[in-house]
Amino acid sequence: MAVGTERAAASADDVWVPRPWVVRSATREIGDTVTLEIEPRDASAARPVAPGQFMMLYIFGVGEVPISVSGTGPTSGLLHTVRDVGAVTHALCNLGVGDVLGARGPFGSAWPIDEHKGCDVVIAAGGIGLAPLRPVVRHVLERRGEYDDVVVLYGSRQPDQLLYTPEFERWRAAGIQVEVTVDHADQTWDGHIGVVPTLVRHARFQVDEAAAFLCGPEVMMRFMAQELVDRGVVPERIHLSLERNMKCAVGMCGRCQLGPEFLCLDGPVFPWTRVERLMAVPEL
Amino acid sequence: MKDIGQMVAEHPFFEGLAAEHATLIAGCGGLAVYDPGAYLARAGSPAEHFFLIRHGKVALEVRPPGQDTFILDSVSAGEMMGWAWLYEPYVWQFDARAMDLVRVIEFDGACLRGKCEADPALGYDLMKRFARVMVQRFVDTRLQLMDVYGSRD
Ligand SMILES: Cc1cc2nc3c(=O)[nH]c(=O)nc-3n(C[C@H](O)[C@H](O)[C@H](O)COP(=O)(O)OP(=O)(O)OC[C@H]3O[C@@H](n4cnc5c(N)ncnc54)[C@H](O)[C@@H]3O)c2cc1C
Repeated sequence: MAVGTERAAASADDVWVPRPWVVRSATREIGDTVTLEIEPRDASAARPVAPGQFMMLYIFGVGEVPISVSGTGPTSGLLHTVRDVGAVTHALCNLGVGDVLGARGPFGSAWPIDEHKGCDVVIAAGGIGLAPLRPVVRHVLERRGEYDDVVVLYGSRQPDQLLYTPEFERWRAAGIQVEVTVDHADQTWDGHIGVVPTLVRHARFQVDEAAAFLCGPEVMMRFMAQELVDRGVVPERIHLSLERNMKCAVGMCGRCQLGPEFLCLDGPVFPWTRVERLMAVPEL
Repeated sequence: MKDIGQMVAEHPFFEGLAAEHATLIAGCGGLAVYDPGAYLARAGSPAEHFFLIRHGKVALEVRPPGQDTFILDSVSAGEMMGWAWLYEPYVWQFDARAMDLVRVIEFDGACLRGKCEADPALGYDLMKRFARVMVQRFVDTRLQLMDVYGSRD
């Protein structure tokens, strides 16, 4: 995956017209969540993608939704991890190998990982929010020597809703501290119980040298950012992905506008300092 | 091996504690180890202690009648557990179970209350530390109640 903040140079056609992509694999991660590996039917439709960017995935006759890239597949495919919450995501979660869907993109800003080489890295996610951050973890894994302490803080409502758990051991083996929490559990669970921001208290990193990347429910991200700032992390080094609903993905329709920001075009990845005040406005 | 005074002074809960207060507090404390599954506290029983966790994780639990045990929160190394010893009627509200091997400094509540009454500066310092943790856990609980991962509807 190419890393950078530049947007893919796309012709007008690329921006508006979904191209046919084929499902190469479909893996059920947890009860309501599936990871699809998709490849363009025509290889010329493939574009470089950076961690944090998203594609617009189109199920013909149902609708189109933004879905983050959660990794690259073994060949040239893109991975998308989709949670079934409504009509389009339901149809996506029920695709099988060989099925064709429409896709356009990639769109949006990327996680500024390279800007923070040499730093400690805190990756904090809630629920499906780990999907857009998995490419950051993989990026750091591939370049482990370029970053200092790396911490993944992840939470979900309950243990059977945690994503990518089979990968955690590999992450730990590479020296990444992975702390997992759930809001509710019975006695079979032996991890933390509590909300994701409480995990910051167990994480080992240098606050004044850390960059943080957050994705999850907005309320969680707000509390997490505050917790990090209270601990001494520089606010400008906290980045988060705002995944409010959107339609056109190219800054034309205004569906995803947050005050002056177009989440599809200026985001979804923003520095915390740029959106902190906007996120606190109930009307937005 | 470090003495209890040193361990008290080095525990994050007592960060910045005055040396003379560390000595007073340590005088009420002792070391204890709980095997996985052992209970540090049982709901409804007298709350005679509080704990500074040095190693391991403790689950705070409740068992509603006729239902499975439900874990409400976990408290880990570097944190404090238990404030029922501070206020009458000094009774535990929840069960506290060791999730793995747990090492603690265990403090005698009556001993500490006596020292706090006799030395208001110590009492005030201790109250501020407990209040901060209580507020933090209260905020955490509110966030937990929001059930942020639920359906978006
Ligand atoms: C940049 C971006 C990246 C995303 N990445 C992923 C991803 O990797 N995996 C994934 O599963 N989902 C992701 N989403 C969310 C996904 O786009 C929505 O779940 C999807 O649009 C819902 O469409 P639907 O037709 O299935 O459900 P709908 O019937 O349209 O919606 C179901 C319910 O969810 C609400 N809703 C829909 N979209 C959103 C949203 N974005 N934020 C809050 N509420 C919403 C609706 O108001 C409705 O209540 C992302 C969203 C954005 C903006």
